[in-house]
Amino acid sequence: MVQLTLPKNSKMTEGKVWPKPAGATKLKEYRIYRWDPEDDSNPRIDTYFVDLDDCGPMVLDGLIWIKNKIDPTLTFRRSCREGICGSCAMNIDGMNTLACTKGMDEVKGAVKIYPLPHMAVVKDLVPDLTTFYAQHRSIEPWLHTSTPAPETEWKQSREDREKLDGLYECILCACCTTSCPSYWWNGDRYLGPATLLQAYRWLIDSRDEATGDRLDNLEDPFRLYRCHTIMNCAQTCPKGLNPAKAIAEIKKMMVERRV
Amino acid sequence: MAELQTKVARPLSPHLQIFRPLMTMVMSIVHRITGSALYVGTAFFAWYLVAAASGPEAFATASWFFGSIIGQLILFGYTWAWIHHALGGIRHFIWDTGHGYGVEARNWLAKATLVGSVSITILIWIVALIVR
Repeated sequence: MVQLTLPKNSKMTEGKVWPKPAGATKLKEYRIYRWDPEDDSNPRIDTYFVDLDDCGPMVLDGLIWIKNKIDPTLTFRRSCREGICGSCAMNIDGMNTLACTKGMDEVKGAVKIYPLPHMAVVKDLVPDLTTFYAQHRSIEPWLHTSTPAPETEWKQSREDREKLDGLYECILCACCTTSCPSYWWNGDRYLGPATLLQAYRWLIDSRDEATGDRLDNLEDPFRLYRCHTIMNCAQTCPKGLNPAKAIAEIKKMMVERRV
Repeated sequence: MAELQTKVARPLSPHLQIFRPLMTMVMSIVHRITGSALYVGTAFFAWYLVAAASGPEAFATASWFFGSIIGQLILFGYTWAWIHHALGGIRHFIWDTGHGYGVEARNWLAKATLVGSVSITILIWIVALIVR
């Protein structure tokens, strides 16, 4: 349900200001959300200073630099460092994005970093994505066929393949879903933009033969229709995709199959 | 797997507090607020109509109220809420057809709703004050 303020145990306090690195001339300030399940206190915002002459250009480079040089307890997910694994999704400078593809120079002033919004925090910048993955699984994101499998592969025309452009690039980083106010308030029942974009990816796949079943599964006041075209999903997607548009296409399919 | 950390009360990460107030999101919220405000405004409007049907005394009271500064402010707010919500409705109608989702289009639509509603409201009031 809609709760505009944070619960008592989630309110943030001012944390520690870590000393500036000795002898550094070019500094970038980082203000980072910290929460440790092993101590009983509320989340806090710690301040760090990154030596830009000793560090790569991306926000993720700064986080790794802090972890290596200042505070090894700082916890975050990262892997590919080139925008394809989706691990380092977090809220940077007010927008959900990937720390590895966000340049420090794109951020004016201090780099403010929080975990993906409105999620249960595991530790520091690591959110619990269990529900998110379960929702993705619920749309059965694989090819459904009933006709006998062909001797070689399932073929697809160039035109039909093009319909998957703008959809197949999704890396399931959860930036869009956790930017969506509808998902914030109804994330237990609304599938959210990432899952719905994936649902549409299978709905318009020319090789898939379960379109009707897939639409039946989405025909629900919450699962699909909690989308109110707020558009945060499209505005925040680090891959430049448009989940809002995909959801609109699903809604159109719902209408078209009735007429 | 052994459960090492059983049932920690995990905090909820901040959301509205930290997310950048994008024009599209703000216009979505304003669409809701104006929609709710229309209930109140329409109740005032209904009072005016009922008063008009009830007789000269009731009508005089209602007329006096809507002529007062507070009444005028309510009417101005009602006009704006009405126009803004109507333009928002058109914006959503365009989106329902599957158009206007691109970066430029969605930001333009959001801005146009606000600029449109404010200027149309002012225009209506200028015309109304001239005609009166």
